[in-house]
Amino acid sequence: MNLLSLNNLSLSIHNFQILKGVTFDIAAGEIVAVTGESGSGKSMTALAAMQLLPQGAETTGHITLGDQDLTTLTESQLCGIRGNEIGMVFQEPMTALNPVKTIGNQVAETILLHERTSKAEAGKRAAETLTRVGLPQDRFPLSRFPHELSGGQRQRVVIAMAIARHPRLLIADEPTTALDVTTQAQILDLLTRLAREDGMGLMMITHDLAVVADMADRIIVMRNGEVVEQGETKTLLREMHHPYTRMLFAASSHKVTLPESRATGPLLEVKGVCRDYRTPRTTFFGQPGHFRAVNNVSFTLNRGERLGLVGESGCGKSTLTRALLGLEQVQKGTITLAGEPVFTGNKPNLAVRRHMQVVFQDPFGSFNPRHRVARQITEPFHLLDDPPTGAARQKAIDEALTAVGLKPSDANKYVHEFSGGQRQRIAIARALIIRPDLILFDEAVSALDVSVRAQILDLLVDLCAAYDLSYLFISHDLSVVRTITDRVLVMKSGEIVEQGATEDVFTAPQHPYTKTLIEAAPVLPEIQGLTA
Amino acid sequence: MLRYSLKRLLSLVISLAVASLVIFAVIEVAPGDPASFMLGMNAQPETLAALRSELGLDVSKPERYLAWIGGMLTGDFGTSYTYRTPVAEMVTQRLWVSLPLALYALTLSTLIAFPAGIYAAARRGRAGDIGVMGATQLGVAVPNFWFAMMLVLLFAIKLRWFSAGGFAGWQDGPWPALRSLTLPAVALALPQAAILARVMRSALLDVLGEDFIRTARAKGLTARQALWRHGLRNAMIPVLTIIGLQFSFLLAGGIIIEQVFYLPGLGRLIFQSISARDLIVVESVTMLLVFAVIFVNFAVDLAYAAVDPRLRART
Repeated sequence: MNLLSLNNLSLSIHNFQILKGVTFDIAAGEIVAVTGESGSGKSMTALAAMQLLPQGAETTGHITLGDQDLTTLTESQLCGIRGNEIGMVFQEPMTALNPVKTIGNQVAETILLHERTSKAEAGKRAAETLTRVGLPQDRFPLSRFPHELSGGQRQRVVIAMAIARHPRLLIADEPTTALDVTTQAQILDLLTRLAREDGMGLMMITHDLAVVADMADRIIVMRNGEVVEQGETKTLLREMHHPYTRMLFAASSHKVTLPESRATGPLLEVKGVCRDYRTPRTTFFGQPGHFRAVNNVSFTLNRGERLGLVGESGCGKSTLTRALLGLEQVQKGTITLAGEPVFTGNKPNLAVRRHMQVVFQDPFGSFNPRHRVARQITEPFHLLDDPPTGAARQKAIDEALTAVGLKPSDANKYVHEFSGGQRQRIAIARALIIRPDLILFDEAVSALDVSVRAQILDLLVDLCAAYDLSYLFISHDLSVVRTITDRVLVMKSGEIVEQGATEDVFTAPQHPYTKTLIEAAPVLPEIQGLTA
Repeated sequence: MLRYSLKRLLSLVISLAVASLVIFAVIEVAPGDPASFMLGMNAQPETLAALRSELGLDVSKPERYLAWIGGMLTGDFGTSYTYRTPVAEMVTQRLWVSLPLALYALTLSTLIAFPAGIYAAARRGRAGDIGVMGATQLGVAVPNFWFAMMLVLLFAIKLRWFSAGGFAGWQDGPWPALRSLTLPAVALALPQAAILARVMRSALLDVLGEDFIRTARAKGLTARQALWRHGLRNAMIPVLTIIGLQFSFLLAGGIIIEQVFYLPGLGRLIFQSISARDLIVVESVTMLLVFAVIFVNFAVDLAYAAVDPRLRART
């Protein structure tokens, strides 16, 4: 018997078609993954099942939960179902909880909303539920506030809120996308266990096929608001009838072939670097404390080398990146690029910076929306003593844009006219235009869809060959680092715990932390006959 | 929470000390000698010297600063140069008008603004929202003295519910006094309410767009329950900031309204003292107002911490 049935569900928002004839079922106790790239309509499908659609949304077709058609129910009937029969978990645990209410209060609220019981009883049940999701009362009492918990712990609270009433269906919308790999593995285990124990249907929305490949019973692949393929996980992965499914899988496990590294002596040298932050004073007149975010880090990046830096959030990756760019002063140690210090006096050494550029993660936030592309990508020219003008400037713009696969005519557009992948190409053009020796990629492909990510990785390979570039590739995504780097550094709690040739580290990790990281990272099953 | 409060308190004391120095210095450099102003152009040097010594103007500046601060701390604000009465007495009299008026206006403005802002936010983009926003636009644009004149025309002259001006005093109990403060309070409150309602609405809309509101809805709360239980308290920080600023403004900034309604308030006192070069009064009233502003900020800081647990944790 089907628990949830979507039957020919179409959705438009202000006459813009979002979903087209979506049809699938979820049985009780079944884990169903809905996957697809951004804009495929997977999140809207989840919100439609909750009937929590934005204003101006119009639906046709049917959504049946048990024997009730949700599209025919009144708002107050729906409020009786949400949280009670359908629970939902969201992507961003940092913002999904009310910051001014305790976790106990927020979990108990679900219970108090749907049953007549005393506050004390609801509190007791909230404590039980929190214990069940791995937050025991001795360490996480009900009186904790969300800001006192880590991202993974907050996601557990959100899950506790969703399952407090033992709903029949749990919808999880990218529940682990914002989490570190080791935390992700724990949360996925928890969701699977809860679904199995309670015989609950679980709809997992995710863009990452590797995440669901070994937990889902069935996979539904969506594109542009339509279901293109669905089936049992094993069968679907074996057969893959639809070309889009094949493309998605190929892109997820996309591997590039790096050109031979012609390492010719050190380019970036980091020796014994420490970076401290002041922590607030503990007494009125006491000395402020220190937090060492980067502790005694030393490594060398050779000219022509592609070096990776992996680690989980809070390990000091970003702090180290800022220090490398000369944006902050370090408390100990030296950082030199081709023998020159990156930080002189009390400011970045601009003479060094022209040889080192950076590409950031967010293709939407890292551009000034009021400037045209030409102005954005020529920004680094201020680092040059004699920046090109007139025809030479135009030629540099044309070349940079062509090199990253855009057209010279794109120079006159604004960034909002481009997709995420194209914007990341513009960011690369901006880094490339002054012909640096080294480019830092700070999570540069993490926000991109898999197919776009594959294209950008290919572009990076072409560029490093054509422009004789060295890369420092900073990422939490192990599969990307594995394919795009020659050598890798593993960072934990501000220290580099392991370094070595990328393949060696991945196949035979030495440090226990590296082993944990690699084991926790979700991998796609090997499928024959698939190459990107 | 205690650490946070102590820290705010320390910052309050430091601010007051700095403010007193600045006020003293500014008044000192202001040209014009009060003694010669009081005695006129043709005063004898001996009379002038005598008066200067009587007013305490003949000692060194640090001594005068310390005497002034010491006096303030013990409730002795000095004697007015022009009226020859203790400044403390004059200020107390005026405070009995200005403080109730400010509180009255603030209460009214909050009572109008909260429901209006919440109503508009809950009906974003619909007729109710557009109506409220239009009204607040008008409230912000129209100056309060114009409201004051319209109120006098309607309620004092036409309907004869209130008197057109003057202050009845507190000697006959609170009602006559409050009655004479009602029209001025309404006139002061309307523009403030318009601003506060807009702040309330936009703060609430920001919060309603947050992820945790969607989480609350997914638990089964109605849109209205989500707004009241999860939205309102989170929207309070910007609203409290504006309330703090408005109270400080209302305490002394009601001068035009005091003029229109002929109320003996602090605003008028300070205006008259400046015209008469009665610097000791100017100095003391300014210091008092600074104290009020800093104290209100302190109270607002404590209110922030009461609303938001994250601030309590931060030291």
